[in-house]
Amino acid sequence: MPGALAYAEIREGSVSRASREAVGLARRIAADAGGETHAVALGPPGTEAAAAQLAGFGADRTWVGESESLELCQPDIAAAAIARLVEAGDYDAVIFAATAQGRDIAPRVGARLGRSVASEVIECRREDGAIVVRRPMYAGKAIATLRFTPGPAVMTIRANVFAPAEESAAGQVSSLDLESLDGRVRTTALEQGDRDRLDVSEATTIVSGGRGMQGPEHWPLLEGLVEALGDEAALGASRAVVDAGWRPHGEQVGQTGKTVSPNLYFAVGISGAIQHLAGMRTAKVIVAINRDADAPIFGVADYGLVGDVFEVLPALTEAVREARQGS
Amino acid sequence: MKRVPDSATRVRVTPDGAGLDPAGVKYVVNPYDEFALEDAIRRKEEAGEGKVTVIALGPPETAESIRQALAMGADEGILLACAGSHDALSVARALADEIRGREVDLVLFGKQAIDDDNMQVPQMVAEFLGLPCATVVVGLEIEGGKATARREVEGGHEVVEFSLPAVVSTQKGLNEPRYPSLKGIMAAKRKPLEEREVTLDAPTIEFLRLDEPPAPAEGRIVGEGVDAVPELVRALRDEAGVL
Ligand SMILES: Cc1cc2nc3c(=O)[nH]c(=O)nc-3n(C[C@H](O)[C@H](O)[C@H](O)COP(=O)(O)OP(=O)(O)OC[C@H]3O[C@@H](n4cnc5c(N)ncnc54)[C@H](O)[C@@H]3O)c2cc1C
Ligand SMILES: Nc1ncnc2c1ncn2[C@@H]1O[C@H](COP(=O)(O)O)[C@@H](O)[C@H]1O
Repeated sequence: MPGALAYAEIREGSVSRASREAVGLARRIAADAGGETHAVALGPPGTEAAAAQLAGFGADRTWVGESESLELCQPDIAAAAIARLVEAGDYDAVIFAATAQGRDIAPRVGARLGRSVASEVIECRREDGAIVVRRPMYAGKAIATLRFTPGPAVMTIRANVFAPAEESAAGQVSSLDLESLDGRVRTTALEQGDRDRLDVSEATTIVSGGRGMQGPEHWPLLEGLVEALGDEAALGASRAVVDAGWRPHGEQVGQTGKTVSPNLYFAVGISGAIQHLAGMRTAKVIVAINRDADAPIFGVADYGLVGDVFEVLPALTEAVREARQGS
Repeated sequence: MKRVPDSATRVRVTPDGAGLDPAGVKYVVNPYDEFALEDAIRRKEEAGEGKVTVIALGPPETAESIRQALAMGADEGILLACAGSHDALSVARALADEIRGREVDLVLFGKQAIDDDNMQVPQMVAEFLGLPCATVVVGLEIEGGKATARREVEGGHEVVEFSLPAVVSTQKGLNEPRYPSLKGIMAAKRKPLEEREVTLDAPTIEFLRLDEPPAPAEGRIVGEGVDAVPELVRALRDEAGVL
């Protein structure tokens, strides 16, 4: 019976949430066909320990490839190893999280296998045996429905849309031979800023500030709210704020920034231009704080609060802190 | 380079779900491809020699977008005419076939086409050509056939090294694309633009339909000013269950 394969990213020795979502979907697809769920994890010596976690997260078999050169992600080696695994195995789906790595590697794998790739999938089901997916196009202004022809369905899945794999009986861990695999590009460094702070694309709660914040010196107000919201929260920004140099581009949400689907999104002093909405309209709950009751952001917000950010934020931060402590 | 609907376009889907309703749609050069074009033109200007070729696959109207690229400073254009496709694999194969056999140092793409939002074509072209590929690049230094690129990843940047020829996909931050000058626009009219029909391979993913996204659930205004804060927090905790 054909199974499904998920690519698992190991970060700082543990399996990322996005990867658990990929394993979760692989498990569902494999279960439909009565096949096995496999995961593949690559990294430096010692990765096997992290892979053991995967085995406890619903992967019947976890392939682990270890090499000194994989201290950093090497996309060509990953693509070659995964393509080889798929050619030798029996998989009808190959699933990546739509992260920087997943987006980079999945098309390389698709090309090697001669298979099309569906990016940023938000729905996946089987119809008469075929894998049918839905994915946003035109910055989320339309949703396409696509059907894979028989053969492995290669896809990246949008973060925070599919349920992550739950803990389950431990599967097997097998080592993957990376011998003779070489990269045409070599990743030599990873420069990460403040890793204490989650990137906006990884957060389940986002507090984004716009021009209504009036200046970069007022960001501590937003940082306070992020902190009150807990470890899974991160800061975002509108383009107006990034263009003004108040915040780094890495925080920008929207068409020319990042696309996010958190559980909770706060738009603070953001008008709600169509290009901003393109990046966050699929958030599960949207809160807008704006002093202009006619601001378009209220049109997509689940909860709107009309008011001045400088008055509202301190009170909101305090109330959120209390509510979370109480729960 | 791809011709795409302007990002401000109101996207309307035809009632049968077959695709985008073309009425009132304004088309532009894919914004990310402008970074790629700008990079190519600058390198040529700095070297004082070389040639920038623009290749675009799409419907015949794509010629207009190629003229824009020529007006920016590219030297020649090639239009691979076909109805277009949402399938990156077959597009990449056609582009790779066109590039193969040409003497190139650098094949530049945008990181993403803003219509299909695939982020796939550059990596696939690189695989078909057997070339190194760096994606989502915001910094690119080249010296003596060796390249160092900075690419955007979650929370930071990665540095990748490779030798030329290579494929690079560009992201905002790499440069500030120029506007075509009047002189450039005049010159573009006399630059060569070759047009050829291509047939794409059958995709391994079939396009079934396009739909507009569901209308957002009716939201509500919880109130005004600080007084509304307790109600907001109550709603987030008890109704939405997100606190
Ligand atoms: C090709 C293209 C791509 C783009 N990509 C993006 C993108 O990726 N992301 C993005 O965000 N934008 C993008 N934009 C820009 C977008 O069109 C808007 O210009 C931008 O989102 C506006 O940012 P803003 O909401 O912060 O600012 P504004 O539109 O100026 O809104 C500020 C808001 O703050 C409110 N406000 C002011 N003071 C206060 C106060 N004291 N208390 C409460 N509220 C207050 C105002 O009522 C107003 O609604 C793009 C534009 C183009 C053309
Ligand atoms: N039809 C096309 N013709 C020429 N270049 C294309 C075409 N489609 C995509 N590209 C290039 O590939 C990049 C990524 O596109 P995509 O993978 O479709 O998101 C774009 O920014 C373009 O540079």
